[in-house]
Amino acid sequence: MATFAKLSFNKDELNKELSGFFKGILENGAVDAVLAPMAQGKKGVRLSLITSAASSGAVDPFAPVAAVSGAKIASSLTARPSGRKVAMVLRPCEIRAVVELVKLKQVNLDDVLMIGMDCLGRYENTDFAKFQEQGGTSESFLEKAQAGNTASGDFDVAGACKICEFPAAANVDLRLCAIGSGGGTVHIEAVTEKGQAALEKSGLKIGDNPSGRDEAVKKLVAVRTEAKDKKFAEFRAETNTFQALGEKLSACINCYNCRVACPVCYCKECVFVTDTFRHTGDQFMMWADKGGMLKMPNDTIFYHLTRITHMSLFCVGCGQCTSACPNDIDLMPLFRTSADKTQAKFSYQAGRSVEEEQPMAGFESDELFEVTGQAK
Amino acid sequence: MSEFEPKIVAFFCNWCTFTAADLAGTSRLSYPPNIKIIRVMCSGMVDPKFVLKAFLNGADGVLVGGCWPGDCHYINGNFKARRRVALLTEVLKQYGIDEQRFWLRWIAASEGNMLKEVADLMTAKLKELGPSPLQQMGQMVG
Ligand code: SF4
Ligand code: SF4
Ligand code: SF4
Ligand code: FES
Repeated sequence: MATFAKLSFNKDELNKELSGFFKGILENGAVDAVLAPMAQGKKGVRLSLITSAASSGAVDPFAPVAAVSGAKIASSLTARPSGRKVAMVLRPCEIRAVVELVKLKQVNLDDVLMIGMDCLGRYENTDFAKFQEQGGTSESFLEKAQAGNTASGDFDVAGACKICEFPAAANVDLRLCAIGSGGGTVHIEAVTEKGQAALEKSGLKIGDNPSGRDEAVKKLVAVRTEAKDKKFAEFRAETNTFQALGEKLSACINCYNCRVACPVCYCKECVFVTDTFRHTGDQFMMWADKGGMLKMPNDTIFYHLTRITHMSLFCVGCGQCTSACPNDIDLMPLFRTSADKTQAKFSYQAGRSVEEEQPMAGFESDELFEVTGQAK
Repeated sequence: MSEFEPKIVAFFCNWCTFTAADLAGTSRLSYPPNIKIIRVMCSGMVDPKFVLKAFLNGADGVLVGGCWPGDCHYINGNFKARRRVALLTEVLKQYGIDEQRFWLRWIAASEGNMLKEVADLMTAKLKELGPSPLQQMGQMVG
């Protein structure tokens, strides 16, 4: 039943028009708050929680940066809910992580109006600072990226974004559409009844469909899927032994930033910081005795493989792990290639639907007979 | 050179496979000494970390033994184990741990002969496959 409202903007006024929309839904009571990317003075754009219409001026939803996964923020806001209605403007990968967190009871969508933005990629945090210094804006980014050029000077969008086959968000009430909208235009699409009601209340004129959108999204998905398949094949070929895996991780210092940044590494307390891994001096000496030496901190490969086992079924490919690593280890392909296999094994897709049960949360008596190879 | 003797770390459920191993022993069914048994209360409590650690520490194979479907003392621990084994197998394969090195088998308390059969088979299979690729890594492992 998708309906669209068209938002035309003059040069440098995209965010002004968008802020008008958010102001509208706050003022007319469609929501009590808006969580959206917002410029922080001249530098940086961060998700901000806006409760006053007058404070919505600096929103910048299409800014190509995601310093922290919005799924984690969604969890902070709703795991212990406020009871106030909040519109959340998130990227597709963030929303897919939200879907997984809903199943883990770490996000509650009862009072949420989910607004997904079209994503053409994000820069790493430090690169986004350079991008701003060079005078880049969301408008200039959208224009160039739609023409297929996301690079800016000596940097480009995150590797995760280059191979992300979900540029348009699913599981949303509203969509902020830029892909295929045409220059000087974005569209707001109502996807659910809740979204429709909010769009009607916003006062925007409804009924102007972006004719080129479906085609443009399809094309972008095809390009990224091809890039993904190529990346997976490369990574698998060069990382097909423990030796090679060890080399990939050779700079790892067991700081665990990658799992702190990961939106779907779901534990309140990770096992790697519990007593299970707080060994005694004796224990370390014993291990060292066995082989004559022990690399310390130890258990590096063990940590990464355990993490893969714990959460690859939920990996949404956001690349926050790579972004968080202080030693420039590209973790995203490591997790995505495993995720691709484990999710396929259970015909599961992270972020696809809140209705789909997480595979390790259940079992069937008549399945997976090939595992034991025994009849009955 | 002496023949390669694979090291197999076996996690056996207390109620069935461990008892079967006991039975095999008392019935003088000799099974290969390659199997180092760790008794667990249920196949469903074999944490993937146990398996990963065994391989990282140089095991040539890991065998998990549980009760037949319907017989698990904790009702469905064995079904949960089956999903976990399927998952972990997918992860290990990429890095050269062949699925032939990681087995889950249902062996009832009365099936001492089946225990011997599985132990023989797995030992033979691992002799064919040779030492775990992780052994060449020495102390880099971990
Ligand atoms: S690595 Fe495992 S134990 Fe640690 S937070 Fe992630 S899922 Fe939890
Ligand atoms: S493992 Fe990396 S790519 Fe996958 S969800 Fe976590 S942070 Fe994102
Ligand atoms: S963030 Fe980098 S250095 Fe830290 S644990 Fe992860 S891979 Fe290792
Ligand atoms: S009690 Fe034997 S597998 Fe659960």
